[in-house]
Amino acid sequence: MPTPGRITRDDVAYVARLARLNLTDAELEGFTGQLADVLDHVADIEALALDGVVPTSHPLPLSNVFRADEPAVGSDDDADHRLFCEEVLAAAPAFEESRFRVPPVLGEAP
Amino acid sequence: MSAFSLAGSVRSGERTARSIVEEHLAAIADGETEINAFNLVMADSALERADRLDALVAKGGDPGPLAGIPVALKDNMCTRGVPTTCGSRILDGWRPPYNATVVERLNDAGAVLLGKTNMDEFAMGSSTENSAFGPTFNPCDTTRVPGGSSGGSAAAVAAGFTPLSLGSDTGGSIRQPAALCGVVGVKPTYGRVSRYGLVAFASSLDQIGPFANSVVDAAMLLEVIAGHDPMDSTSIPAAAPDLLGVLDQGVEGLRVGIIEEISGSGPTGLEGFSPDVQSRLAEAAETLAAAGATVEKTSVPSTVFGLSAYYVIAPAEASSNLARFDGVRFGLRVDAENTVDMNAATRTAGFGDEVKRRIMLGTYALSAGYYDAYYGKSQKVRTLIVEDFARAYGSYDLLLSPTAPTTAFPIGEKIDDPMLMYLSDVCTIPSNLAGHPAMSVPFGVGDDGLPVGVQVLAPANGEASMFRAAAVLEAATGGLTGSTT
Repeated sequence: MPTPGRITRDDVAYVARLARLNLTDAELEGFTGQLADVLDHVADIEALALDGVVPTSHPLPLSNVFRADEPAVGSDDDADHRLFCEEVLAAAPAFEESRFRVPPVLGEAP
Repeated sequence: MSAFSLAGSVRSGERTARSIVEEHLAAIADGETEINAFNLVMADSALERADRLDALVAKGGDPGPLAGIPVALKDNMCTRGVPTTCGSRILDGWRPPYNATVVERLNDAGAVLLGKTNMDEFAMGSSTENSAFGPTFNPCDTTRVPGGSSGGSAAAVAAGFTPLSLGSDTGGSIRQPAALCGVVGVKPTYGRVSRYGLVAFASSLDQIGPFANSVVDAAMLLEVIAGHDPMDSTSIPAAAPDLLGVLDQGVEGLRVGIIEEISGSGPTGLEGFSPDVQSRLAEAAETLAAAGATVEKTSVPSTVFGLSAYYVIAPAEASSNLARFDGVRFGLRVDAENTVDMNAATRTAGFGDEVKRRIMLGTYALSAGYYDAYYGKSQKVRTLIVEDFARAYGSYDLLLSPTAPTTAFPIGEKIDDPMLMYLSDVCTIPSNLAGHPAMSVPFGVGDDGLPVGVQVLAPANGEASMFRAAAVLEAATGGLTGSTT
């Protein structure tokens, strides 16, 4: 698989949208050049014969690690567990009862 | 005095933990405005903790191997109820509801948490200039960077603010700042130290490790934090290795290979290495040879491609890991009409430029049409690096290189040229890709009088022989390094 052409301003605008980042025109310009520099350097791996090489995704030869399926944390009846939930919620920008509160997700709220 | 001896004096009742903590708080009060090593100094809780430890000793109890020793934590390790920022505005005000496993281990060993140290935002950088809380300055020369991303932890030890600290190393973020600040820094084998409670940057590369003024102190701290943790499924299911017990075993009979490619020597050597750094490496090699090791140059060809593979793989993993910072569950929220706009407004305001760059790079490398060309190929390069190391370790017990191509560079020199900045990690990245341990030992100074670090690399689980070589190198430079209090 050949390396694609040089990353364009439109490509950067597209990935910024995917990554939920708003960029000004000046930022778009700057990032495009910088990302292109990095990708130009990455192109040095083109020189390597990689057909048939098995990809490595992780340094340890681990597959799924399971623990025994036993309740470890208390239920809602457990005071410590309720305190922990309160602590988690208190760290959120907004919450309501035991849920994180966010602005409307799909159009207007019913 | 080493932290090792200091802990002994607390356990025997010869010194109080309070006096040690007070001494270091005074050093911080004296020098911190010049260095900016800390995002948070936990003075009150540290003194309270010291008093509790002293009371325990007075009653005949033993607080543990780190009795009364201050330890500073890189600000990406979760501390329950204590702000943990990752050097980012997006985690402003967030207080984690739990402790990282390393924090629990330190507490169990009698250590005193002294504070949270400055870092490149989300550990992305090589100079600690990418922090939302301003840069950290190198205690050896405050016009220079301390390295990064764990620059605050390295500088805090070098400045005598704390005898010990922890950093995280994804592509060299412990070893490179250790080299630039003149202290010992260790990246253990991947999985040796639990990552539970370490805010993730690139999960297949991240590893926590110690900074110290001496090899023995680094060994002591690593023994405390290492070992299996059921809370981290990538934790190695084995006991912590004995390091303190092997430090005086020397290197007689060990086979050591100098990696030509990342030492800037040989026909395939990378460029950009300072001659004085190369001279210190040659002297380190002579030191090991004089102590009975066999030392020769060797080639690990694919290390040349480590940087390229890393700058695809690490951003790819980061783009996924950092998706969680969306203004819903923790930290900053910038309000907007709907959730998607709120997510974007929050991330735009909360992340700095380097983090945005890497998120976009990773998103691009993983996106349809580019996945095979970038991410897929980089994973294959990772395999080549693993295989090349395996071949080298068929002939050698340890490998050697400089830790960084140059001594500490001036503040601002590389901040506008990301690719130039990335090149300062060229020696350290291959060990992360392979999951192997490696450490930086201070070995003299460059022509500019600034510290030079030599990197000792070992195969997976090879910490013991790595520390033996580090102890020999340290002894040749006269023991304790950096400034001591």
